[in-house]
Amino acid sequence: MIKKLLEINGISKTYPGVIANSDISFDINSGEVHALLGENGAGKSTLVKIIYGLVKPDSGNLLLNGVPFKPVTPSEARKAGIAMVFQHFSLFEALSVAENISLGMDNPPNQRDLGKKIKSVSESYGLPLDPAKTVGELSVGERQRVEIIRCLLQNPKLLVMDEPTSVLTPQEVDILFKTLLKLRSEGTSILYISHKLEEIRKLCDTATILRLGKKVDTCTPEKTSTKKLAEMMVGSTIKAPEKLNKPAGQVMLNVDNICCVSKSQFGTSLTNVTFDLRQGEILGIGGVAGNGQDELFAVLSGEQFSQHGSISFNEINITKFNPNQRRKIGLLSAPEERLGHAAAPNMSLIENTLITAENSQNLVSLGFIDWKKSKAFAEKVIKKFDVRTPGSQNTARSLSGGNLQKFVIGREILQNPSVFIVNQPTWGVDAAAASSIRQALLTLSENGAAILVISQDLDELLEISDQFAALNGGALSRIEKTADLSMEQIGLMMGGAKDLEARNV
Amino acid sequence: MFKLEKRPQQSQKWIYLSPFLAVLITMISGGILFAALGENPFEAIRIIFWDPLFDPNFASYSRPQLLVKAGPLILIAIGLSFGFKAGVWNIGAEGQYILGAIFGASVALAFYPMESKFIFPLMIIAGALGGFLWGLIPALLKAKLNTNEILVSLMLVYVAESILASVSQGLLKNPDGYGFPGSRNLQNYESAANVEIIANSGMHWGVLFAFITVIVSYIILTKHIQGFNIQLTGQAPRASKFAGVNPTANIVFCLGISGALAGLAGMFEVSGPSGQITIEFNSGYGFTAIIVAFLGRLHPIGIFLSGLLIALTYIGGELAQLMLGLPGASIQLFQGMLLFFLLATDLFANYKVKIGADN
Repeated sequence: MIKKLLEINGISKTYPGVIANSDISFDINSGEVHALLGENGAGKSTLVKIIYGLVKPDSGNLLLNGVPFKPVTPSEARKAGIAMVFQHFSLFEALSVAENISLGMDNPPNQRDLGKKIKSVSESYGLPLDPAKTVGELSVGERQRVEIIRCLLQNPKLLVMDEPTSVLTPQEVDILFKTLLKLRSEGTSILYISHKLEEIRKLCDTATILRLGKKVDTCTPEKTSTKKLAEMMVGSTIKAPEKLNKPAGQVMLNVDNICCVSKSQFGTSLTNVTFDLRQGEILGIGGVAGNGQDELFAVLSGEQFSQHGSISFNEINITKFNPNQRRKIGLLSAPEERLGHAAAPNMSLIENTLITAENSQNLVSLGFIDWKKSKAFAEKVIKKFDVRTPGSQNTARSLSGGNLQKFVIGREILQNPSVFIVNQPTWGVDAAAASSIRQALLTLSENGAAILVISQDLDELLEISDQFAALNGGALSRIEKTADLSMEQIGLMMGGAKDLEARNV
Repeated sequence: MFKLEKRPQQSQKWIYLSPFLAVLITMISGGILFAALGENPFEAIRIIFWDPLFDPNFASYSRPQLLVKAGPLILIAIGLSFGFKAGVWNIGAEGQYILGAIFGASVALAFYPMESKFIFPLMIIAGALGGFLWGLIPALLKAKLNTNEILVSLMLVYVAESILASVSQGLLKNPDGYGFPGSRNLQNYESAANVEIIANSGMHWGVLFAFITVIVSYIILTKHIQGFNIQLTGQAPRASKFAGVNPTANIVFCLGISGALAGLAGMFEVSGPSGQITIEFNSGYGFTAIIVAFLGRLHPIGIFLSGLLIALTYIGGELAQLMLGLPGASIQLFQGMLLFFLLATDLFANYKVKIGADN
């Protein structure tokens, strides 16, 4: 018999200028894996925060087991049997696993008993974890286990997971899914937040789809096609980018044995990175976040110089060229962080053209800025790349993530780079914009540019890249033809193979 | 109850409105203060803000003083505004002002009593150089050793004051001065004197320089790539590095230009209104200019206007001392309140106030 665990009735929440949730109603049954599906900004996080007692709704109510449920703090929600694993972990790196877990508990037992308990729970759910280990030594996947076990120790009735797989390798995802299915068989409900459609179809019993703060539909994902789910999520049809097969040309960029110490305290230093990038080729660099992606980008864009090794562009040694010198010879780049790195938030789009297009578009003569030309270039980018904004006078921060990203990518592509380095081209971007950005990258490569795409989105890399390599701990795996790779091989490359074999035993 | 709500974008209206509101609140608070001291608040406010410009007995003396006081304030504040826009905090303009004066006066005294039309231009160059070099110290320390320019530039003010005390009693002391500390009076040395360009207007060469600087800095900030790079560095340091702006060059430019302009202000002061190097030569223009820069929203035109306003509080304050026997510190109090209330009213640019909102 199906029993309703949590009933969500007409929840609405408005922030200044944004309707986060508008009259959302659905039920979560006992022992089901319920997906909450939607794009960035669809209102998933707000709804979950309401359930977990972090945000107070403007109107609407919750019923837990038929009884009104109004959590004001997370600890109240925890007492009622709701546990949550956040996308961003809240762990102290310097403390041990057991210490971290006891910090999150309302009435922690002593360390020895807790250690035993952690061991038994982690083993019974197939998530091996050593309670005495310091969190700082754990991989991202293992840190997530700490968060999950912290939740499981409370014997939750409802486990909320916010985008849990975005930081995992395919193998780690499989392990996680096994755990979640075991929990379900024991009667625990799971609210699973994601925008990855294949995952949801594989794992979830029911899916509720949100768009722009409203509930669009509830469906059975198994019986709904990926295409249909995507259309419900986005609200329009998406055209998948087309990829032509073409032979790669001559080597444009040669990176030889680069070593570079990270400037950030928690960064990852690059060790002996070597690769060639050819004309008309897209090389995809995958990997779990924090494995040297930012450092690799900085070394290639010229924001940081390597201590070791060399970079050549068309046989010119550019190892010590700054970003502007690299741009002058045709090596352009687009960083991950749009606001503050690729663009200045409080400056207009016109002003933002000057950041990278100053030389190639002759926007400055004798030190004086040609505002007319800058404006014309900004408007060309806006038009060609379908950037939705009232005008080029608007500030960068006033644009939505997807539109600003289209502007940033467009600004570089319209300068006709012969080598283009891009980090996370569609991070936090809506599906329609992501698809048009990927298409633009493909078109650029068809016209002969050599492109390096660093991304944590495997689907994206599989879709557009000709060659694939993964970063793990600052080292680059061997480079393989993307078409020849299976998901499992990719996972092994991302995990730094030997590490993973040991863990799977 | 009150509730503050963050605005999605800074309110342009409030950016321009808050300086006026700050002036108004300063007047009201000042009035309350004067009333507490037993004075008629309306009369006191009138004496400070109105009489210096329009009272038939005082205006003829006070009006020229307005430019004399505003000139160095504007000159220094314009220099500071470059750094403040780039996130380089030069707090030591006072020291750069002193060094500019010492360099300028030294050139004059070295040539004394020779008369030549080249002496004054040479002094201008020396004054700018003195301030520039003094500003270069915190710049290089910051660029090479990552020291904090706020502390270094501020501490260098006290070093500069000690140098000033030393030279006015030693190296630059007037040999015909009957043993009193202080240099020869440059007003009495034709080739070195910074004279009024228009008689009885207060318009000396330094004021003219200040006006030219306002125009030039307006052009640099709105039309030149250097001005753009400064603003980019201040608003988004990572983007500026990505754009290829050299951070070291930027720090040196910002501290160098503010030092040079402060040095110029010192040189024009020592060869003009002050006339000589003395132990008490510096009067806090370098610090007050920080208020001028912020009150003027770091915008050249705004700095021009706020420079005139702060100059008025100097003159009005002196007048109030004379007429009402108010303590001299009341001018500083006024200027301090202005900055304080400006920072307070800036809240409205970033936040909306909701009254009677829910708990």
